[in-house]
Amino acid sequence: MNGPQDAGGRMGFGPVEAEVDEPVFHAPWERRALALNVAAGAAGQWTIDQSRHAREDCPPADYYSFSYYQIWMRALENMLVERGLATRDEIATGQMQQPLRAGITPLAGDRVADVLAAGFPYDRDPKGQAPAYPLGTRVRTRNLQPRGHIRLPSYCRGKVGEVTTIHGYHVFPDTSAEGDKSIAHWLYAVTFQARDLFGDRAAEGDTVCVDLWEPYLDAE
Amino acid sequence: MPHDHADHDHTHDHSDLDDMTARVMAMEKLLVDKGLVDPAALDAIVETYEEKIGPRNGAKVVARAWTDPDFAAALKDDATTAIATLGFSGRGGEHMMALFNTPDQHNMVVCTLCSCYPWPVLGLPPVWYKSMPYRSRAISEPRAVLAEFGVTLPEGTKIRVWDSTSELRYLVIPMRPEGTEGWTAEQLETLVTRDSMIGTGLAGARP
Repeated sequence: MNGPQDAGGRMGFGPVEAEVDEPVFHAPWERRALALNVAAGAAGQWTIDQSRHAREDCPPADYYSFSYYQIWMRALENMLVERGLATRDEIATGQMQQPLRAGITPLAGDRVADVLAAGFPYDRDPKGQAPAYPLGTRVRTRNLQPRGHIRLPSYCRGKVGEVTTIHGYHVFPDTSAEGDKSIAHWLYAVTFQARDLFGDRAAEGDTVCVDLWEPYLDAE
Repeated sequence: MPHDHADHDHTHDHSDLDDMTARVMAMEKLLVDKGLVDPAALDAIVETYEEKIGPRNGAKVVARAWTDPDFAAALKDDATTAIATLGFSGRGGEHMMALFNTPDQHNMVVCTLCSCYPWPVLGLPPVWYKSMPYRSRAISEPRAVLAEFGVTLPEGTKIRVWDSTSELRYLVIPMRPEGTEGWTAEQLETLVTRDSMIGTGLAGARP
């Protein structure tokens, strides 16, 4: 979506401010917010792309004023409500009024190490389907502007680049963000001349490399 | 207690934190009571990302690549597998790619759309990496951003910025500092900063 998350190339946000000896968390609640999101996600009621879309689907003024974990908590609340896993009233009070429906298994404490170490791989079997664009192909990104989730940044829509890596056959985020994890497409690293994207703000010869799925691309 | 200005600010900040503390505590109680999360899992997740996983993992990968040409070749060929041989794998790093800096090309990583970051080798990202100034500018004016980190590249070095738009996760392999011939991997690890593995720093430089 053309939402507040699509930050690349925007102006006016000021300098990058790095904190010396930054702690992993800045308040005790941030620890629990991170853990709640990871643990609830591992219960399998939404895909990672659904959680990304829940975070970006936020009024821009809120998105830009909330801290990172505030954005995560807002999205977690919305995902729970949308799926009927909790009500607004339950979330506000912390008091359970309806039990969870049957068939949902939480991530058990003694499985955390194994589950995190295994991760959730996103590559799939292409079942004989070959990539449409071999290495070195000149491709043009499509001018896609869906209301839903997409991983094609607005700064590289309608731009010409070159396929420099074929990463594999990966779950397609646009459909994964609608809950369908069964669809995958070839994923490429496409390299653009920075000046083709950002004009003379960019230095001659600098490049930008973006991971893009086949449905985002046409042969040039 | 004096009620000066600083004290007022402190109180104000504290009440903001308390709002989030209350909200997160209510959520934790609700989800535990519902059985959607196991409280022991929450503790294990916090312990993992606060104490076990961090940029020292990535430093081990880099130092090994600097000292072991076979490992460097394996890392270039299939970073996910090579990094897993050192014991680092999993969530947020399922598909890894190593980006080797050279005198001709400096690599720098950003996630303009969210906050994708290679958790198994670098831990959780710092606030600046997730912030709008970095996400908006690293892609379009990397040299200005590098200058804010105190980094100036030699003339002739091109920059390639990698936008983490997929589940690929990127680890920059900085160039080995000069004058470190004969150093052991353990000694070299101390020169590998977190920022040098994002591409906003160089190895051997503070911080």
